Amino acid sequence: MKNEADITWKDVETGAIVTEPGNTAEYKTGDWRSMAPTYNFDRCIKCGVCQMFCPEGCIEQNEEGYFVANLYWCKGCGICARECPTGVITMVEESE
Amino acid sequence: MMGERVGIEVSQAIAEAAMLADVDVVAAYPITPQTHIVEHLAELVANGDLDAEYIPVESEHSAMSACLGASAAGARTFTATAGQGLELMHEVVYCVSAMRMPVVMAVANRALSSPLSVWGDQSDLMSVRDTGWIQIVAKNGQEALDNVLCGFAIGEDHRVLLPVMVHVDGFFLTHVIEPVIMPDREEVARFLPRYRHPLTLDPQAPVTMGAFAPPILYPEVKKAQDVHFRSIQPVILEYWARFGEAFGRGYSPVESYRTEGAATLLVTMGSFTETASAAVDRMREQGKEIGLVQLRLWRPFPFEELRQAVKGAEILVVVDRAISFGGPGGPMASEIRSALYGEDKRPRVIGFVAGLGGRDISVEGFETMVMRGLEVAERGSEEEYETYGVRE
Repeated sequence: MKNEADITWKDVETGAIVTEPGNTAEYKTGDWRSMAPTYNFDRCIKCGVCQMFCPEGCIEQNEEGYFVANLYWCKGCGICARECPTGVITMVEESE
Repeated sequence: MMGERVGIEVSQAIAEAAMLADVDVVAAYPITPQTHIVEHLAELVANGDLDAEYIPVESEHSAMSACLGASAAGARTFTATAGQGLELMHEVVYCVSAMRMPVVMAVANRALSSPLSVWGDQSDLMSVRDTGWIQIVAKNGQEALDNVLCGFAIGEDHRVLLPVMVHVDGFFLTHVIEPVIMPDREEVARFLPRYRHPLTLDPQAPVTMGAFAPPILYPEVKKAQDVHFRSIQPVILEYWARFGEAFGRGYSPVESYRTEGAATLLVTMGSFTETASAAVDRMREQGKEIGLVQLRLWRPFPFEELRQAVKGAEILVVVDRAISFGGPGGPMASEIRSALYGEDKRPRVIGFVAGLGGRDISVEGFETMVMRGLEVAERGSEEEYETYGVRE
């Protein structure tokens, strides 16, 4: 698929219908973020509550079994930090 | 004889046209003066005359949303509304055209609140002129019926794939029993074969409709929509000509009536046209060289046909049945001025706003407006337009 900045009006599909499924994943929502989650995994019990509550569906389990937000999509809403039963997650202001 | 001549209420004729088109889905909410259309459609479905899914919705917003979904699934879809109902569905009206869904909707033109008025004028028609729907304005029941059929044929053509509104003036047409030629089913089926939308909702070939477009994409999408919309008029003409060949009644975007040698032309749209034509007959009998031009296609606006139709005329008396507050006159008059602006020799456009909220305009009314127009043309006026027939 073309980069969206290279799409001309002549490339637009009938009705701007998207014929390539799943391409929303390419849309970077991470740059909406002003606060980012940080983790103290010493407290993590790997319950996955943060993942269930994440409205963006961007929390992935890493190789060690910890749940981590993918910052390509994380909008920094802070719901994971609020819902974590053991206080693993702290939201901090983005530096840039 | 193609079809049978019958006396029928225009609303019922419109419903029967949807039946003849063998629509798959009807989703509509009753509202005066459109009610008889959907009532009769419900009856046709209930009696088994029309094999369609009739979705009784709770509002016009839902009606148009259901139509959008049905059309997206590939169904031939029909609805009808009027005035406030059209306003309530307004946001979805834009979605249907932008997603290129060939829904056909009859609009029983009605004045807009407030004050509350259930009677006919074309304020609602004007409120949707920038929505990207094809808008055909019928002057009588036959044109309404025929253009529901043409609406599907035009809208479903793969070069078009757009929704079509067929406008009928509320009460003046919707509640009047007229003689119409009702085409027979087989003839209609030949003219209007089953269609297949190239991009329907299909689990085997998933697509996303009505997706999000950030500023980096939205202008490209809108330019594509506009360029396409401006290119479709030849296809509309093609189907009107084909309809003419099949049924003996062809249509054109602009129709002239007794315009030969006329320096002054009345210009009307919708049911005003038949009354105005009687006024033209009377003035012609009195030796006055007056003609009439009917605008039938409102969107896409037929710029070239209009210029041709008024070529040689000196004065156009344009009678709008809608108002544009603080604007340059009635919507039709200002569009016509724009259409003529680039011409070296152009007629003077004298605008009138008349018949708002169902006020009847008689044959004498049109004669008076023509006379008043000639007077204004000669002596001048400080006003851009006049409101006709309002008590001073």
